[in-house]
Amino acid sequence: MKKPQDLLDNKPRRNFVGAAAIAGAGLGTLALAPGLHLIQVSEANTPSQGASGKVRWGMLIDSTKCASGCDVCVKACNTENGINETLKDARQGSQWIRKIDLKNPKTGQEHSLPMLCQHCAHPPCVDVCPTGASMKRADGIVLVDRHTCIGCRYCMLACPYKARSLVHLPLTNQNPEVPRGQGCVESCTFCVQRVDKGLKPACVEACPDGAMLFGDLNDPASEIAQRIAKEKTTQVRGDLKLNLGVRYQGI
Amino acid sequence: MQTALTNRLEGPSFYALAGIGALISLLGLGAALYMETSGHHVTGMNNQVFWGLPHVFAIFLIVAASGVLNVASIGTVFGKKAYKSRGPLSGLLAITMLAAGLFVIMLDLGRADRLVIAMTHVNWTSVFGWNMVLYPVFFGLVGLYVWMLMDRKMYAYSKPVGIAAFIWRLVMTTGTGSIFGFVVARQAYHSAVIAPMFIIMSFAWGLAAFLLFQSAMYKWHGAELHESIRKRLNNLLGVFIAAVFYFVLVYHLTNIYFAKQTEFEQFILINGGVFSQLFWGGFVVLGTIVPLLLLYLPSMQRSAGAGTIAALLTIVGGLAFLYVFIIGGQAYPLDMFPGMEVKSTFFDGHIDNYVPSMPEILLSIGGFGVAFTLTLVAVRILPFMPQDDIAKLQASGALHD
Repeated sequence: MKKPQDLLDNKPRRNFVGAAAIAGAGLGTLALAPGLHLIQVSEANTPSQGASGKVRWGMLIDSTKCASGCDVCVKACNTENGINETLKDARQGSQWIRKIDLKNPKTGQEHSLPMLCQHCAHPPCVDVCPTGASMKRADGIVLVDRHTCIGCRYCMLACPYKARSLVHLPLTNQNPEVPRGQGCVESCTFCVQRVDKGLKPACVEACPDGAMLFGDLNDPASEIAQRIAKEKTTQVRGDLKLNLGVRYQGI
Repeated sequence: MQTALTNRLEGPSFYALAGIGALISLLGLGAALYMETSGHHVTGMNNQVFWGLPHVFAIFLIVAASGVLNVASIGTVFGKKAYKSRGPLSGLLAITMLAAGLFVIMLDLGRADRLVIAMTHVNWTSVFGWNMVLYPVFFGLVGLYVWMLMDRKMYAYSKPVGIAAFIWRLVMTTGTGSIFGFVVARQAYHSAVIAPMFIIMSFAWGLAAFLLFQSAMYKWHGAELHESIRKRLNNLLGVFIAAVFYFVLVYHLTNIYFAKQTEFEQFILINGGVFSQLFWGGFVVLGTIVPLLLLYLPSMQRSAGAGTIAALLTIVGGLAFLYVFIIGGQAYPLDMFPGMEVKSTFFDGHIDNYVPSMPEILLSIGGFGVAFTLTLVAVRILPFMPQDDIAKLQASGALHD
């Protein structure tokens, strides 16, 4: 039975599902003979273009510029993606991006940084998802198709970054561009609905200290690619060799 | 020669037992519906401990379902005659316990209504995806196997099917262990020893479940299991319990050896509160030492009840182990920044204090209710009661091989 949230306009999702949706449309069309179809996917909903495999979206976070106690990026993310539910138990709430405070007990050195889905090139969440709902777009953005997520939470077990949340209660007042659903797992999408319009993710745009840089890792001329080439950056849990889309400086 | 036993539970006792089993199952189903409609915020689970008590019970049932088939395999595949009459009950329990395990795990899904998607959109890199093949084939093979064991005309085919079922159940439990063994993110998992450890656990937990149900059936019929058969089965259970302990020891020693895992091991084994208590008190003492004493102390070997209590404690120990393994493994925070003190609004660096809620408890116990009810109804309809022709077994030397 369909739930109310299933009835939301799914056009934006189609936009960011991109190439996967084109493949889905192919599967959803039953051909009886050339040109004669039993089920025809609506032309109007066909995405114009899929994500490009030439691009790899990434983020560079400079923890030396990130102020402790500042959570502007978190608030911007919540506003953009309609994360507005309140739960009695805060552990059950969704956090697509969170601020982490680090302290080295030996040196006393402190860092503050935002933690979000690291958009791995080899995402464990995609490997373990039984239905293929966890997926990686051609441009490296890791997403959950909430129409096929069954809420098994295996991806949450597999994610080394605690980047995923289960929606623990029915949702209201959703942003139609960012469909979310009770019982499904979700995580940072790099604000794919904005990226596909040529905009930056909401957190990057909102950061008052310029600590977050977004761009195409594959483009040698991009600022992010140049900085990663010249400056020392870190991949969190680099030992896993997941080739992360998010890099950190200063930790 | 032992008198042939009636194969059926009669009258009010059957309906009373079936009623209790059905009630427990329905309470579990009701709890799942409540969780499904309200959302998982009514559970004790959260975004750090997202696999809770239902997973402990479901995985126990799924692992034990594979192991309970061992009894039939020993008779058919390895030719031990004393086990042959137990084959059908063993196969039946394998089917009902797997069904019960799946009942719990499927109903705990965030979107249990999307079961069809799970069956039609399979990702072959996912161990959960493999289960879409492993479980249905197991049901099919074991169903076929039970038919061949119970139908004299088909009995000749029972050996090849029995061998196929035996191999398949090893593959299936390798899959269950690999659910955790392939997870690189967490200290508790990512170990090659987990899959074989789950296989040996399935041997012990499955045999324990078999012995419990068999002893209940004998009690209902007012019959007594022949001492030599009881001793054989008890001895086998003892060997399996000891083997499980060995694998758990290797699993923890390996982790202790890796410097980066020592803090996690300290947490589980020493200062983890309920987890350390359950590991030592539940798994080691109640689930390993006491059953071994009950099974091997000469003064206990004469007691018919000692083996049953040992089997019950093996199950208690198994559940305790899984609670520590599954929930303790998540409660301990992810080590993203080694050597650093970590804190955040999402409880990074924080040990979670998961407490199961009533719906989770009801769903979990509901799984046991489903296994019990299905088995009870089946043994009422068909002759699953193991009956031994002791004189024939003695004459053939089967009780001593």
